[in-house]
Amino acid sequence: MNHWIMFPLLIPAVVAPLLILTGRYDEVLSRVFSVGGMVLQLLVAIVLAVQAFGGEIVRYELGNWPEPYGIVLVLDRLAATMLLMAAVIGLLVALVSIDNQDEQGRHFHPLLLLQMLGLNGAFIAGDLFNLFVFFEVMLIAAYGLASHGGGRGRLAASFQFVAINLLGSTLFLIGIGLLYAVTGELNLRELGQRLPAVSEAQRGLLSCGIAVVVTVFALKSAVFPFHFWLPATYSRSAPVIVALFGVTTKVGIYSLLRFYASVLAGNEACFSPWALSWVFPAGIVTVVLGALGVVAARGLGAMASFAMLSSGGVLAMCVAGFEPERIGAGLFYLVHSTIAGACLFFVVEGVIRRRHDVGDALSSSRPFVRHGLLGAGFLVAAIAVVGMPPLSGFVGKLLVLDSFKDSPWHAASWSTILGTSLLGLVGFARAGSVLFWKTPLLDVDSGPPEGGRIHTVMTFIAIGILVAVLAMMAIFAGVITENLRITTEQLLSGRVLPHD
Amino acid sequence: MRLMLIIAIPFFGALLPMLLARAGRRACAIATGLSTLMALVLLLSHAPVISAGQAFAVSHQWVPQVGMDLALRLDGLGLLMAGLILGIGLLIVIYAYHYLGKDESLGAFFTYLLLFQGSMVGIALADNLLSLLVFWEGTSLASFLLIGFWRHLTEGRQGARMALIVTGGGGLALIAGMLLLGDIAGTMTISELTARREAIQQSSRYPLALLLIAVGCFTKSAQFPFHFWLPQAMAAPTPVSAYLHSATMVKAGVFLLARLWPVLSGTEWWFYTIASMGAVTFLLGSVVALFKDDLKALLAYSTISHLGLMTMLLGLGTEAGLIATLLHLLNHAAFKGALFLTVGIIDHETGSRDLRNLGGLWRILPITGAIALLGLAANAGLPPLGGFLSKEMMLEAVSQVSWWGQPHLLTAIAAIAGTFAVAYSARFFAGAFLGEPGADLETAHGPSWGLVGPAALLVVSALAFGVFAQPLAEPILQTAVRGAMGNGDAPTIHLKLWHGVNLPLILSGVAILGGGILAGTFDGWRSLLKRRLAIEGQRVFRACEWQLVSVSRHVTERFHGGSLANYLTWFLVGVLALGGLSVWPSGLRSGDRQLLPINVLALLLITCLAAACLMTILLHRRRLLSVLMANVVGLITSIGFIYFSAPDLALTQISVEVVTLILILLALYFLPKETVAEASPIQRWRDAALAGLCGAAMFALTWVVLSSDGPTDLANYLIEQSKPAGGGSNVVNVILVDFRGFDTFNEIMVLAISALIIYALLDGAMHGAAADKLDHWEHDIPRSPEKHPAMFISFTRALLPLALLVGVYMFLRGHNQPGGGFVAGLVVTIALIVQYMVSGYQWAAERISIDYHSWIGWGILLAAGTGVASMILGYPFLTNAHEHFDLPYLGSLDISSALVFDLGVLMTVVGAVMLALANLSRLGRRAERAAQKAAEAAKLLDRGE
Repeated sequence: MNHWIMFPLLIPAVVAPLLILTGRYDEVLSRVFSVGGMVLQLLVAIVLAVQAFGGEIVRYELGNWPEPYGIVLVLDRLAATMLLMAAVIGLLVALVSIDNQDEQGRHFHPLLLLQMLGLNGAFIAGDLFNLFVFFEVMLIAAYGLASHGGGRGRLAASFQFVAINLLGSTLFLIGIGLLYAVTGELNLRELGQRLPAVSEAQRGLLSCGIAVVVTVFALKSAVFPFHFWLPATYSRSAPVIVALFGVTTKVGIYSLLRFYASVLAGNEACFSPWALSWVFPAGIVTVVLGALGVVAARGLGAMASFAMLSSGGVLAMCVAGFEPERIGAGLFYLVHSTIAGACLFFVVEGVIRRRHDVGDALSSSRPFVRHGLLGAGFLVAAIAVVGMPPLSGFVGKLLVLDSFKDSPWHAASWSTILGTSLLGLVGFARAGSVLFWKTPLLDVDSGPPEGGRIHTVMTFIAIGILVAVLAMMAIFAGVITENLRITTEQLLSGRVLPHD
Repeated sequence: MRLMLIIAIPFFGALLPMLLARAGRRACAIATGLSTLMALVLLLSHAPVISAGQAFAVSHQWVPQVGMDLALRLDGLGLLMAGLILGIGLLIVIYAYHYLGKDESLGAFFTYLLLFQGSMVGIALADNLLSLLVFWEGTSLASFLLIGFWRHLTEGRQGARMALIVTGGGGLALIAGMLLLGDIAGTMTISELTARREAIQQSSRYPLALLLIAVGCFTKSAQFPFHFWLPQAMAAPTPVSAYLHSATMVKAGVFLLARLWPVLSGTEWWFYTIASMGAVTFLLGSVVALFKDDLKALLAYSTISHLGLMTMLLGLGTEAGLIATLLHLLNHAAFKGALFLTVGIIDHETGSRDLRNLGGLWRILPITGAIALLGLAANAGLPPLGGFLSKEMMLEAVSQVSWWGQPHLLTAIAAIAGTFAVAYSARFFAGAFLGEPGADLETAHGPSWGLVGPAALLVVSALAFGVFAQPLAEPILQTAVRGAMGNGDAPTIHLKLWHGVNLPLILSGVAILGGGILAGTFDGWRSLLKRRLAIEGQRVFRACEWQLVSVSRHVTERFHGGSLANYLTWFLVGVLALGGLSVWPSGLRSGDRQLLPINVLALLLITCLAAACLMTILLHRRRLLSVLMANVVGLITSIGFIYFSAPDLALTQISVEVVTLILILLALYFLPKETVAEASPIQRWRDAALAGLCGAAMFALTWVVLSSDGPTDLANYLIEQSKPAGGGSNVVNVILVDFRGFDTFNEIMVLAISALIIYALLDGAMHGAAADKLDHWEHDIPRSPEKHPAMFISFTRALLPLALLVGVYMFLRGHNQPGGGFVAGLVVTIALIVQYMVSGYQWAAERISIDYHSWIGWGILLAAGTGVASMILGYPFLTNAHEHFDLPYLGSLDISSALVFDLGVLMTVVGAVMLALANLSRLGRRAERAAQKAAEAAKLLDRGE
């Protein structure tokens, strides 16, 4: 029996209670457990990636109940890719939090691990209701992390986050209910096979159920008009955590892809096209709103948040048509934008750490405590986020643009992506100029500012690792793209295979 | 492979100055210089073969999916360009070492410089449209860093941003253009494009691709209307201005146009786009240059003008135009580089570069003056310098072309621009070197050889290209032209200073004469035209940028203003619209199940339910009542469950209602008792309409679902297998702990997380502003005089063991009868909570010594452990094992591993709820103490008076 697929869930599910039991009293112990758990998770993710890239799809029947009656976990190339990405970011977030963010409130590390549980679960769930449960784990843990550290603005923003997303959970339940009512199934693959059998009279219900579920995925990935929770939550939460939220947002896009591939693909005649056709224009609006927000931002955190919003919109545009080539390009961009976003938020964390009283505000009024490396980090992260060479953002942009070449949305997508790139350039050039050129320097020798020594070692290490990953992604873009093409093929061919 | 090295050396070399920064300035400079020299030597080692008409090529696959290869190709054109970059680069390194102050971070400077150099050589050698783009954007970034090198200068920062945005923006257009071009041609390899010229030019997408590429080139080469960034970029240290913004980077646009010349040129689109804009820029630049007092600004506009000249020549589409361009490319790099370096020397030695302050420098800086004189002569196109040669060729080429039926228009423009070029050159020299020295110039001293040497070398080559045109410039040009033409049949070139008396010579004479007069009488009419002619592109740009920022802020605040009500409105409208549209094509049809007859009880329940719902909304400002009404809704729902024979659900619902009500009431104590009206009446009606629509939609969907028969095979399977395979006759519980035990496993995580969050949030409330509020707490609702009623106490204490027993009972029988870990947990919790409520937290806490955190932790571990146990036995996670026992006294008993799992659930539920309660009480006790203290103080005060 191959149990490897359980470990991404078991590790956080065991380490988190251990942290609750022991880590409450001992900061060092909780850090050791947390980082240790993350390292294990990364190792497991690597093992799973090796397995999945062998081409085999693992289906794990929980409780030994045969599919489609019980819950099933599924590992294919795409899921393995996402697990790996989440594990890398998770480990780095745990490391960076050691710089002191984890002392700002209680139970940081168990919440972090339980967030990983939700993420990992959502990536391998093969059952719609199980996916819902993991969404809940993710949501509630994210609420805890978003409010971590407290403060008026942060609590208000995290409340909005949880309020909007709870409405989303309700909708998800409604959607699942509708789909169950017409198909009698929750298993994703089985759902897809039953769709053609839905009677003419129930097509309306079916379409509505699909539309509602798609809406929920759009909410999770912050696509207009369901994105409103993102900017405030991301810009008010502790930046180190937002680095992980970047992965959480991708769950929406991922689930949409998964849902399409296992349920909708090949069954387009069974439901109304309206359930899906709005995603592309909504993606464009999201990209534009995000880019305008980048220009408008008054703080670095807000700027990074809107940049994330914008990149999410690009992803929505990419998956909207469910064309294999575009999905492949989108997946490259997905991995890139997650890593680049995390890198940028680590920089924001560093900036806040080194400018106590003004935080990340884009003003030059208060000096920095020596920041040469931070400036370099910002430059590189901004290059990645805006999509300039030599990092992977540029390749991602080329791949995305190229994939729209022969589509009817050619002009719209190209002008949106290139136009908003320019807006991003304007915004980030302004921010960098104000923060790292205009703001005077405080020499570290003149003594530490109030608040004692500043720890940013882990932050710099994390930024360094992420930059290296981005550079590697650029250098090996060809290989990665080829692999993502196969991944997409595997994802989309899942539905053609007969029931085995 | 050696080709790759030419590019790799500067990029890897860029690491050296950064690392050597601590080893001193000299080490940085030597490392930079050596890197450049190595690359140059390597480049020149290819020269003999290339001048024989060969080319070197190397290609590595990079992203084959989009046709991006790391392909390099060194031909004559690339050799010319790369030679200029590396050759001048070497001089600039020497110059910069002497130019920059001792306290400036030379390491960073040289690192940026080498990054630029690598990118620039990359542009020169790239043989793939997309990898060329990589290098192209690289130069924009390096230029940004170099212009902003003096970070304390406002102009430097603004200039850097403007340059990045304009050239970067152009780069984006170029991306689109390149992708289009590659798509039309079917290849991204530049050297393969020439063969497909016909197909490309006939494509309907050719004009668009051309325009996009032109925008990229125009922004980079500072062509009108994108020229304004270049004068702003002059805030950079002078070595940067000389290198990037005169000799090399700004030529990238011209170079790319030349590179694509064999592919794209020769059409009307090409001619009217490229030649027209070039001509406008040519004229505009030289006219504006005359009116600039700042020497660097003057040279910047002069550069713009010369770039316009080259662009115009390429736009002609004739071989003569191409040849003249390349010759001028070479000449201009030499003399304009020298002139910038001269201005740097003047600035460095006198502290000023304003023509109004300068004068008489000839006496102090004679060598610099001589260099400037020669450079300016070349700039003005005077014989025998190289500039004269290329200008003659330019006039010759232009005179053969007519623009929109006007045979002399371009010639006239060229002549006028040439006249102005003479004029501003003359003004430069006369203003700086002749006349009386300015007052504060007496302290000026002679420059070091490191500053003069590079300038002299450049200007000497500018002279040599004219005087020794045939042996020196001709082979270079011949090789370059052959490379640019892309095929072997390039024309043979003969360079001569004296062509006899012809039209170009006459025009040159006129220009020199006119220019002299212009410069001589300049003071008379400068004020007249100065304002009108100085087109302040940068002001327009800044206004645009500010406008963009304010529009963005407006939109962003309009959309993301922070109102939850607005966000939810968008959300709900979106869902309603999408759901509605999806339903639209097929519609909703009520099913054909037979409806049950309605009876009095059902009617009563539904009426109560509706009334309670309504009251919850109507009373929402009075929080306590509203919460109670919501609870009523829940209780009626649980009666509904009983009515429809779902006792498990009813049990769960009732216990959940009770527990949540208690927790909410505890929390409510700390909140305002009434909500203020926040929404305007219109908003309320809007919200009411939206809520009504949502309700109607839900009703319609529910109706259709309930009235139709859905597939039931899954449900049937679960019911059938519950007893035989699941070992329990209560199918609801078997679903919860077995069929879908994994969902439950994760749901207890949700519960645990919630408790942790409540703990963390309330712990946060014990510090800071919230704690302050607690410490000044005053009771705002009347309190009962009897805190712990005796009857209540004795009753509940007696009840405790019974209630716990009920909990155990519920737990044990769960697998077969209504009950289970979740319900049992809630029952136990309620039993405990009651003790806390009635006897006071203090009393209860002294007797119930449970660490609720541990309960949560152990609960999860127990549940996980059950699952892991089955894995150890070789079954999937959470596989249930059950066994039937006949035991004495207890009778027949089914023991199932799910029971252990369920115990984990129970522990987590108890731990989570009690943790929340304990922390709310903690808050309460703190407030209590504060209130008591306040009351005592008030009493003391009363007594005192």
